[in-house]
Amino acid sequence: MTYPFLGDPAQYVGEWLCGTGPMVDVAVSSRVRLARNLAGIPFLSRCSVGQKRELETRLRREIAACPIAEKVFYIDISTSAEVDRRLLVERHLISREHAEAEHPRGVAVSADETVAIMVNEEDHLRIQVLRSGLQLIETAQRIQQVDDALEDRLDFVFHSRYGYLTACPTNVGTGLRVSVMLHLPALKMTGEIEKAFRAARDLQLAVRGLYGEGTEATGDFFQVSNQTTLGKKEEDIIEEFRQQIVPRFVDYERRARDGLLKRQNTALEDKIFRSLALLRSTRMIGSDETMYLLSLVRLGVSIEKIKDVDLRTVNELFLLTQPAHLQRMLKREMDPQTRSAARAEYLRRRLGASSS
Amino acid sequence: MDNKCDKCGKPAPIHVFDIIQGQKIEKHYCNQCAVSEGVAFHYHMTLSQILEEFVLQGGEQTGALDPVCDVCGMRFSEFRQQSLLGCPHDYDAFAEAMLPLLERAQGGATQHVGKVPHRAGGDQKKHTALLRLRAELKNAIVAEDYEKAAMLRDQIKELDNT
Repeated sequence: MTYPFLGDPAQYVGEWLCGTGPMVDVAVSSRVRLARNLAGIPFLSRCSVGQKRELETRLRREIAACPIAEKVFYIDISTSAEVDRRLLVERHLISREHAEAEHPRGVAVSADETVAIMVNEEDHLRIQVLRSGLQLIETAQRIQQVDDALEDRLDFVFHSRYGYLTACPTNVGTGLRVSVMLHLPALKMTGEIEKAFRAARDLQLAVRGLYGEGTEATGDFFQVSNQTTLGKKEEDIIEEFRQQIVPRFVDYERRARDGLLKRQNTALEDKIFRSLALLRSTRMIGSDETMYLLSLVRLGVSIEKIKDVDLRTVNELFLLTQPAHLQRMLKREMDPQTRSAARAEYLRRRLGASSS
Repeated sequence: MDNKCDKCGKPAPIHVFDIIQGQKIEKHYCNQCAVSEGVAFHYHMTLSQILEEFVLQGGEQTGALDPVCDVCGMRFSEFRQQSLLGCPHDYDAFAEAMLPLLERAQGGATQHVGKVPHRAGGDQKKHTALLRLRAELKNAIVAEDYEKAAMLRDQIKELDNT
């Protein structure tokens, strides 16, 4: 069965982009992932190619037999085209490492893209649930359901002292990583973002860019996640994020927005509307500049300066103007220059260009 | 790259240039001091960074100690290089060498208190035996001893289905 978005990625976008949910003006999405490995089988670094293939076949079969979601699609990454692998990374369904690896591997994705299970990434299984806004309780409950369903059929390796064993000891214990994607344009503008990150460090958190470890924080998006996975209960890790960590960042950002509105309203409006005007009239635009301008438009929509564009549209544009998405939507490979023109045309169309 | 940290004298990979009244002022910091001075963020200390620091600090003591996992054959020094373990048994095989490291990476915790698989995780001895057989199978294939490989494959199948 072909996964629907590989045909037309604009037709289907993940639930997490819908722009609803608590604190969605700042907390764009909530993600929880679990790392799991099968008992009796070495970690992937010690598996031969044959063993990896055997493992992939087995896990693919077991996942298909599990009642995880109404409809689950499996994508064999090792035989996928490069553009499709990039598309999956842009949609946050697989990691960059998973896209670029060379051994037998895959990903199972639920039709609404809330659940994704990477097979043969760093661990045998990496289960992820991704939702819009700050919905950590729902996200955590969903991932436990998926984990329980898999556990009915598979023996995961578990140690009485260290809990769920993982290939890298930084994930051992719960194997759980929470990460919330935050949009922090005002903190960036006021230069207070460093202060916010120092606070994050004091809380033993990791801050990463849009696409995970080692990536740039494009479009003023930052992912905040827990660094430790051992010695705390799953519920406690989640609750700390839900009640303390995320609200704190949301509060910093909202205060910075209020401050800008009070003291530099005209300058702020100028930045926001200039960005929207540019996106509505550009004829050629690169993906970095698009992210930069869309970030300001997102801010404009969140603080209700821009009223004729909704959050969902802006969220979707962040995704659909990425290189692999553009190429898939227009059904052809393009060099960067042609892509810039196609991106500009698509932006004008979606944002309702004032003149053609 | 030979600069030393202005604060503590350790190697300094972070350099800051300030222009004050037309004068260029150069400052050098190590990763830790850069964070404490507020010139860099402590994004995420990767395990390899912790390992690196760990090796630098306690190198002499741990250098002599290079345990090998008798199940998958991985050495602790290999793990130190690639930050990834070879098999679940490594956690016990490297226990002594790894514990301080785990403590650092996990904010002092060394005991899991979270979820436990809802059904018993199966027979530990059987899993270890399977790990051993799979490691032997891999070696037999590398050595092109296909007769032995076929025999091991049958043994794995039999044990896996019990």
